[in-house]
Amino acid sequence: MSANKRDFTTAIWDFFCSLKLTISLLILLAVTSIIGTVIQQNRSPEQYLEVYSVTTYRVLESLQFFDMYHSWWFLTLLGLFSINLIACSVKRFPRVWKTVREPVLVADDTLYRTFSNLEEHLVNQPLPQVRDRLAAFLGKEFASPVVTVEGEKVHLFAQKGAWARFGVYVTHLSILIIFLGAIMGSLLGYKGYVNILEGSSIDKVVPRGGSEPIPLGFTVRCDSFSVSFYEGTGRPKEYKSMLTVLENGVAVIKDRPVVVNDPLTYKGITFYQSSYQPAGDAVFQFTVKDRQSGQDQNVSARFGQPVKLAGGGSFRVFNAKEDPAFGITAQLELTTAAGERRFAQVAQRAPDLDALRGGEQIFTLVEFKQRYFTGLQVAKDPGVWVVWVGCTMMIIGSLIAFFLSHRRIWITLQPVGGKTGIKMGGTAHRNQPGFELFFDEFKKKFKAEIS
Amino acid sequence: MINLVLFKITLLFYFAATACYLFDVITRRDQSGKVARWLLIGGFALHCATLAARFVEVGHTPVTNLHESLSFFAWTIVGIYFLFDLRYRLTVLGAFVCPLALVLMIGSSAAPAGPPEINPLLQSWWFPVHVTLAFLGNAVFAVAFIAGIMYLLQERMLKSKKFSGLFYRLPSLETLDSINYKCLSFGFPLMTMGIITGAVWANSAWGGYWRWDPKETWALITWFLYAALLHGRLTVGWRGRRAAIFAIVGFVCLLFTFLGVNLLLSGEHSFKSLQGP
Repeated sequence: MSANKRDFTTAIWDFFCSLKLTISLLILLAVTSIIGTVIQQNRSPEQYLEVYSVTTYRVLESLQFFDMYHSWWFLTLLGLFSINLIACSVKRFPRVWKTVREPVLVADDTLYRTFSNLEEHLVNQPLPQVRDRLAAFLGKEFASPVVTVEGEKVHLFAQKGAWARFGVYVTHLSILIIFLGAIMGSLLGYKGYVNILEGSSIDKVVPRGGSEPIPLGFTVRCDSFSVSFYEGTGRPKEYKSMLTVLENGVAVIKDRPVVVNDPLTYKGITFYQSSYQPAGDAVFQFTVKDRQSGQDQNVSARFGQPVKLAGGGSFRVFNAKEDPAFGITAQLELTTAAGERRFAQVAQRAPDLDALRGGEQIFTLVEFKQRYFTGLQVAKDPGVWVVWVGCTMMIIGSLIAFFLSHRRIWITLQPVGGKTGIKMGGTAHRNQPGFELFFDEFKKKFKAEIS
Repeated sequence: MINLVLFKITLLFYFAATACYLFDVITRRDQSGKVARWLLIGGFALHCATLAARFVEVGHTPVTNLHESLSFFAWTIVGIYFLFDLRYRLTVLGAFVCPLALVLMIGSSAAPAGPPEINPLLQSWWFPVHVTLAFLGNAVFAVAFIAGIMYLLQERMLKSKKFSGLFYRLPSLETLDSINYKCLSFGFPLMTMGIITGAVWANSAWGGYWRWDPKETWALITWFLYAALLHGRLTVGWRGRRAAIFAIVGFVCLLFTFLGVNLLLSGEHSFKSLQGP
């Protein structure tokens, strides 16, 4: 390899190891991400052309601003970010590994000079005695020391939480794992949406952005759907689908209620309650009693549709609503056999209501049925557990990185005549103020110990 | 509704505390600062009661609309301030935090409290966990923002040698810088956990842990900025002025994530919590 080539490789390597690149990329990712929050993403060309001129549309389209989080340039930024992350870790990790695995057992004067937490003493005791006492003291108050003898000097070294130095790497690795999970999800999984009419079933789903339906490998049937509303405002409080999963005609999951926030998963495919819509008009079942003859007839009527009655005349339901006290109430428009118009009101929980009207026929509402389509979000994401592993690592890693620190204490003993000179220093790789408090307390106990 | 009555009393306490804090800073009377602190403690206790009463009365974690969110944000800010107060004992920090909480509470009282009806989406245990972590993170960063402003004020006075009354109350640049780092080291993990719990919840509700919804994206943008500040501090050695400016910009982004996105952009996190499917 020529010198030039090596220089070039080194330059590339240094570029990817640089923290300035990290900070620039973070800021660049932040700034470019704004675009996708201002321009609506993944709409149809027609929707964009309502907002933008044709020229603007073409420019934005060519820059992939309409699906920017999957654009080549955004993915490139994320790729650079990952390479930067890996390069920084590869460069720094061996040094940290060495610090943890092969600690500096002997502190020389140069090292002592770097400590802001330093203490020196001269005690009137022989060295071996001081050494044993201090070793026991360190073991009790901090951590068991490693004793190194170097000529007439004796060194004690004790450390705590060395592995806290790995917190940062756990956090950085977690980001790569989350990326991996996301890539797995987008390559091996899909997302789609299905509408199932109550009582019917589906066995394939059209993925978002695709046209070919994907077979599920099993059948999902919606046995029933129900929705409850807040009183007064009629806003949905809860909506629920009862689903049955059939495989080769055999029900493997039966009558499983699926509500918002409680999805159903079968063979890696998950169904989420997402929306609903009424299917067709509501159907009302009435019993109509003829006042004179006392004869009953059962009639079913669709909302708004006129229905003929046996014995002449007709009626239609023109208004219906749910009442907290009376259940379903409906207003009817009647046309008598003679062609006169009348109005009637019925309520599910007040069957005798229409009898009070005194008309020729008495209407009783027996049943009300509104069929629904249930709207289910369908997702297959084999990478999701990888993402959760990454997220857990990120939380644990960042808690370690922020709140634990590698603390080290060195003591050097040197015989001075019959006395012993003691030099003691300590440092923490994070949270210096916290360590200072600890060290001051430690010094007090230390003085009490040696005096 | 008891919670609305308690809310008004809390507002009064915060108002009185703000007045005392400002009086303390302007006239430099320690007595006034002490009174302010007790008023703020009283206000905070009442605020806890307000939230508890609302929780009981409406039956869900009260962070579903603008009224509830602003009040909850003010509550977390005051709570976090007391944690910092234990460590730093800075009356002047209160003099900045308290007016911020007051402004949020006034905003909250102006927003309609609304009926106790929520979208079925919010009926999940992840909801209280997510909002609590997210708002605690926001509150810690609010303190960083305030420390940043104090840093810039203090630095300007030192450079121009024109000292106002505030100068004698402001802590040293060193203390302010250490608050900046403290906030970052608590705020960043809280924010990270807020985003992650949001992703877990989204996955169980919508079938996707990340959808590039404007709220999610803006939270990520803010996260990127604080990550940049963090790496600048820890490895490049950013201190003081630059860190202070970053904390201010970060908080402006955070406020936009919290309010701007809901008011200006469209997405799932709108305060129209009552929308049907």
